[in-house]
Amino acid sequence: MKKANRRQALKFGAALGGGFLARAEEARTLGKPLSGYGERSQFVKSARATRQTRTPEAGSSSTPLAETYGIITPSALHYERHHGGVPAIDPALHRLTIHGLVERPLVLTMDDIRRLPSVSRIHFLECGGNSGSEWGAKTGPDVQRSYGLASCSEWTGVPLRLVLDEVGLKGNASWLIAEGADACRMQRSMPIVRALDDALLAYGQNGEPLRPEQGFPLRLLTPGWEGNAQVKWLWRLHVTDQPYMTRDETSKYSDLMPDGKARIFTLPQEAKSVVTFPSGGQTLPGPGLYELTGLAWTGRGRIERVEVTFDGGRSWQDAQLDEPRFRLAFTRFRLPWRWDGKPATIASRATDETGYVQPTREELIAARGTNSGYHFNGIKLWKISAEGMVTNADV
Amino acid sequence: MFSRAPRIAGLAVACFFATGLLAQSPRYGVGRTPTDQEIRALGATVAPDGTGLPEGSGTAVEGRALFALRCAKCHGEKGAGDVGPPLVGGRGSLATPKPLKTVGSFWPYATALWNYVNRAMPFNEPGSLTDSQVYAAVAYILHLNEIVRENEVLNARTLPKIRMPNRDGFVADPRPDIKRN
Repeated sequence: MKKANRRQALKFGAALGGGFLARAEEARTLGKPLSGYGERSQFVKSARATRQTRTPEAGSSSTPLAETYGIITPSALHYERHHGGVPAIDPALHRLTIHGLVERPLVLTMDDIRRLPSVSRIHFLECGGNSGSEWGAKTGPDVQRSYGLASCSEWTGVPLRLVLDEVGLKGNASWLIAEGADACRMQRSMPIVRALDDALLAYGQNGEPLRPEQGFPLRLLTPGWEGNAQVKWLWRLHVTDQPYMTRDETSKYSDLMPDGKARIFTLPQEAKSVVTFPSGGQTLPGPGLYELTGLAWTGRGRIERVEVTFDGGRSWQDAQLDEPRFRLAFTRFRLPWRWDGKPATIASRATDETGYVQPTREELIAARGTNSGYHFNGIKLWKISAEGMVTNADV
Repeated sequence: MFSRAPRIAGLAVACFFATGLLAQSPRYGVGRTPTDQEIRALGATVAPDGTGLPEGSGTAVEGRALFALRCAKCHGEKGAGDVGPPLVGGRGSLATPKPLKTVGSFWPYATALWNYVNRAMPFNEPGSLTDSQVYAAVAYILHLNEIVRENEVLNARTLPKIRMPNRDGFVADPRPDIKRN
């Protein structure tokens, strides 16, 4: 195109309302074609945090809670805790065997289980060892590595009660020994009363089959309890008249008290919350208006209230809670906050429907000492410097 | 034409009885009854009182060689721990500022040790020990903790009788336990 002609064309385009003017000199490249299974943007890098160990099959990875929105944890970022690696189980070959103190022992295929009436519910899952770092004098530097062994999903499955009705519990049936098909055949005991309450045989997670890391093709879900009790890769339910006092419910996941006695079957996760923004490792670019946000949850029903402090706990104000608030699920809280550029110490404090108030670290230690290891649900303080750097506060 | 109908009917009746015998779930008619063999094939599962322990037996003397070969790499030759946790020591430490939780100092039931070793150990090849080897490994670990004698035979009858040092060391969940003003 000659220059004169182009000028004419531009004029013509302008006369038509700028349509020609907006056209780029270079042609745009087409985007990626359709695909069978979507991937997240190449620019999003959130990942679970793992520690290097010599036994990577037995360990945990934590959810980047500060990089999630709302209350649902993306399945790919759900925290992990495995004791013998993640098995690759063909669902067509998987069986759940229910035996012991039952009238009719039963073997169910996954097709059998999916044929039964199902429910979908949003529930958090938290490792009994989450926030174990906080018992020590040196607390976790960021949300992910101190509170990230907790996640929340929509789970789909069959009420366990329905299946237990089908097998018929004998009169002396009082405990249920759940066992996984992973290499270590993880085994935990649960009181039958809980099995008959709201426990699920779950096969769905956030609209698709369970992720292998969360127990594909079938897991036990006892909402609100410590994660370890919710056996993944579930292949056996042995109905008994006593707990089996397995390794993971006696020598692990028990809370050692200062007097040398250890509490066992401390199953419900008590009310807990953490501010995810601003939180450790983040930097505020400068004074101004921000939305403080975080997550709260309790193993005893619904979160009723979350308060936030900006002065290290001297004064508290109510945060807004996202609705709907599901029982035994993450609740998102928010609070607009104008940072004046001065150092601040912030934290959140949750109250659940039983009236239980999330304790301070000091209150927990006064009650349990520093060697109980598990089930830490204390308030997490973040310190904001005048430069806007957010770090874990010294304790 | 006429001769086929009874055959089909016969087949249907046979199928009805076949599924009638196998389908156990009364309301939804799903699943089938496992055979005893199928349940056994899932592996032993052991109660604190020893219910579920299989036949077989072992002593600490037998367990010593096995432990050196299959366990020591992770737990150390004398069970002091390495990649794997320590299995020995810590008696009397639970109420101190530095508690050491081991089989000897912490585990409440010897039967649970058998159950765990049988299902989960050795870490990189669980399920590879025979029942008698599990008894022997358990005997050796308990011997290292001075709980059984070197030649004491552990089996389904003797193992449940062992009283672990921390047998009474566990209490029920008293939470909520935080006192507030």
